[in-house]
Amino acid sequence: MSRRTTLSLASLAALALPAGMAAAQSLTIGLASEPTAADPHYHKVTTNDSFSAHIFESLINRNAKMELIPGLAESWKPVDDNTWELKLRKGVKFSNGEPFTSKDVLFTICRVLNNETNVSRSYMEPMQNFTDVQTPDEHTVIIKSDRPIPTMPNELARSLPIIWSGIAKFDKLKFAPKEGCGVTSPWPTVAEFNTGRLSIGTGPYKLKSYVKGTGIEMERNEGYWGAKPHWKTVKMVPVPNAGPRLTGLMSGDYDVIESPAARDLPRIKENSKLDFVATPSTRLIFFQLDSGRAQSPFVKAADGKNPLQDLRVRQAISMAIDRKAIVQRLMDGMATVANQYMPAGMFGSLDKPAEIKFDPEAAKKLLAEAGYPNGFELTLTTTNDRYINDGQIAQAVAQYLTRIGIKTTVDAQAAAIYFPKRAKREFSFAIGGWPSENGEASGLFQYWVASTNKDQGLGTSNYGGFSNAAFDKVFVPAMALMDSAQRKAEYQKATQIALDNVPLIPLHFESSIWAYKKGLSYEGRRDQYTLAMSVKPTK
Amino acid sequence: MIVYILRRLVQSFLVLLAVSLVVFMAVYAVGDPIELLVSAEASDADREAMIKRLGLDLPVWLQYWSFLSRAFHGDLGTSFVHGIPAIELIVQRFPATFELVLVAIGLTCLIGIPLGLVAGLFNDKPLGRSLMGGSVLGFSLPNFWQGMMLILMFAVWLQWLPSSGRGDTVSIFGVPFSLFTADGWRHVMLPAINLALGNIALVLRLTATGVMEAKTQEYVKFARAKGISERRILTRHILRNILIPVVTVIGMEFGTLIAYSTITETVFAWPGMGKLLIDSIYKLDRPVVVAYVMLVTFIFVMINLVVDLLYAVLDPRVQLQEAQ
Repeated sequence: MSRRTTLSLASLAALALPAGMAAAQSLTIGLASEPTAADPHYHKVTTNDSFSAHIFESLINRNAKMELIPGLAESWKPVDDNTWELKLRKGVKFSNGEPFTSKDVLFTICRVLNNETNVSRSYMEPMQNFTDVQTPDEHTVIIKSDRPIPTMPNELARSLPIIWSGIAKFDKLKFAPKEGCGVTSPWPTVAEFNTGRLSIGTGPYKLKSYVKGTGIEMERNEGYWGAKPHWKTVKMVPVPNAGPRLTGLMSGDYDVIESPAARDLPRIKENSKLDFVATPSTRLIFFQLDSGRAQSPFVKAADGKNPLQDLRVRQAISMAIDRKAIVQRLMDGMATVANQYMPAGMFGSLDKPAEIKFDPEAAKKLLAEAGYPNGFELTLTTTNDRYINDGQIAQAVAQYLTRIGIKTTVDAQAAAIYFPKRAKREFSFAIGGWPSENGEASGLFQYWVASTNKDQGLGTSNYGGFSNAAFDKVFVPAMALMDSAQRKAEYQKATQIALDNVPLIPLHFESSIWAYKKGLSYEGRRDQYTLAMSVKPTK
Repeated sequence: MIVYILRRLVQSFLVLLAVSLVVFMAVYAVGDPIELLVSAEASDADREAMIKRLGLDLPVWLQYWSFLSRAFHGDLGTSFVHGIPAIELIVQRFPATFELVLVAIGLTCLIGIPLGLVAGLFNDKPLGRSLMGGSVLGFSLPNFWQGMMLILMFAVWLQWLPSSGRGDTVSIFGVPFSLFTADGWRHVMLPAINLALGNIALVLRLTATGVMEAKTQEYVKFARAKGISERRILTRHILRNILIPVVTVIGMEFGTLIAYSTITETVFAWPGMGKLLIDSIYKLDRPVVVAYVMLVTFIFVMINLVVDLLYAVLDPRVQLQEAQ
């Protein structure tokens, strides 16, 4: 007992010292959500990809604007409709000093196709469509697929972090995923990556330790082939709660934090020691309407029909919402009004989409034309813990709709309850959010707007049952066009058809926010990744 | 004594079984974790494969049965979210929570009992009265608000202590502990104070009322008449008698804090078990929630047993047997 007291007294003396500033060259980041594994092929979510990008690189990288730039591959080109050829960078070494060659690419592809510990077949898209992967020499990879994959470079940039082939045993590696590619040892599991033993990549950082809930420590990979990042050591601490995350930044525990709450931005602006950057992301927030069936659970109209099936009603709802007010007042300007389904400038979007005007009077007229002069009753279902201010956005939209005669009530639920119910099509008017990960219009249309066709992987999230033959006729063939200019033109046509038929009601694109100490800068990224490499001291 | 302990253990086992059934059914009823795990890009075949792999396609009683039979082999299931055994996840977090609670309970005893003695002995003086009055404040402040205030004062304004996280750790037998480093102590201080404040008030009041009651008793007057020193009266006679309710409360609080220090852990981003529980509930990580509650129940049952045994040590009149 007495010994413990002296120990604690000694420690109390240590407490009186002011918290020292973090040593230069080391960076501490407060994360909004925690990566679930150090295995780069475990679960395809932004948090995990953002973390793994420090340690494992892809063949093709993306800059902050999501444009493709050379990574481990110096160049890539389609040879024919179903074949791509990549030339690999020479002189690249893994963090353990082993050279990077085409064998590692083949091994990585084999691993994602034989990964038994991943969540819901993450990272198998589009690798499961490969029919052959050839490695004629150490720096050439030829990929053949069973169908044209025009977005192959984007897919390789977002779904194939390269791991070292030395973590498994094999005599001769060959592309035969069904037979295990010739690997003789068991495939590495997620737990082995978490210990750091197998986390060997070519990236700018090496994994030092990964303790769930406590944080991740990384150190600079001094043998990195590319531009050396400024920070020697990086610590990432998960702080899911926005309040403590911000106080941690203010008290100097963290140098950078992800996603401070929008309501706290004024405080960050006032604080002379802090700075922030807001970058529009590709994440669209929208409402999905149950327009595919004659009876919908949460719509009550006098004529007993489902008014959401009438295009005029959908247009009226879209015109009744004051998007600018929502962006300015609810989102504190940390969002961009959406007049189409992906940000202007992205592949397949309209360069100058027509503004969806806020016009309650015209909306009322349209409702009357559709046979609902006195409106109808509607329940709007939303998450309250998934998207930025989702609960408040739903309240605002409900008021706008009530104003044009559609008596709207809001039902807000936790995401854990909401998503399973939405998948069972239990809602009539439901919030949704989706980032265009592959940087093309197909990233959203394929899952949310195209008519459901399970065999082709189309319309898997089309819970509203929207189906438009004209749209499908343009969009589906376009997905297989290898010629970029042609594909882009067809996607733009599809975008226009979608806008004319209102399958989803677009609201805005969320901005991602990073806050940091004065004296640093962060290059905000469209893909919402938080990268230590992008944090730089201002000179 | 041995028979008593054995009987208690059998009872505990039945309690655990009942709890496992209730929790399993409750978590099952909350929702379907599949939609949270499977991305919108997944095809139906992918989804089916995932459901099969997690065993979610079986009827609920079969799921429970397979959980139970695995539990008897010491396997409480694999986390849906992290892909590693649930018990491993919890055990990784246990040291953090344990040391936080240890420091909080230590503070509670070191501050609460002495102050309680003072308040009880001088209950008619301003000092005693102000202590009793102040203690009301101690357990009526909401925990999260109090935590934020502590952070604001000591971390943001004064910058004496870090606001969150768990400082440097030292591995002892492969288990990371932060109580052996100065940095670790600096980190644990604020959350521990936040946890302790309410309990200090509680223990203070319990001790004070005990002292007030005891100091007017015959045996104390008699001891005083015999000429025993005031100090000895206080430690040997008064304190020993009033410690029984205090020990009970501290024991129960120890369990409660270990299981439900969730709010404090959230506010201070302390990587303990409470935070894991909340995260797992949000993600419907069924195996982790069930394993967690089982473990907590086990801890409570054990603490109850230890408290009962301590009674016997403190009070020779207590016989270890069940009420007939």
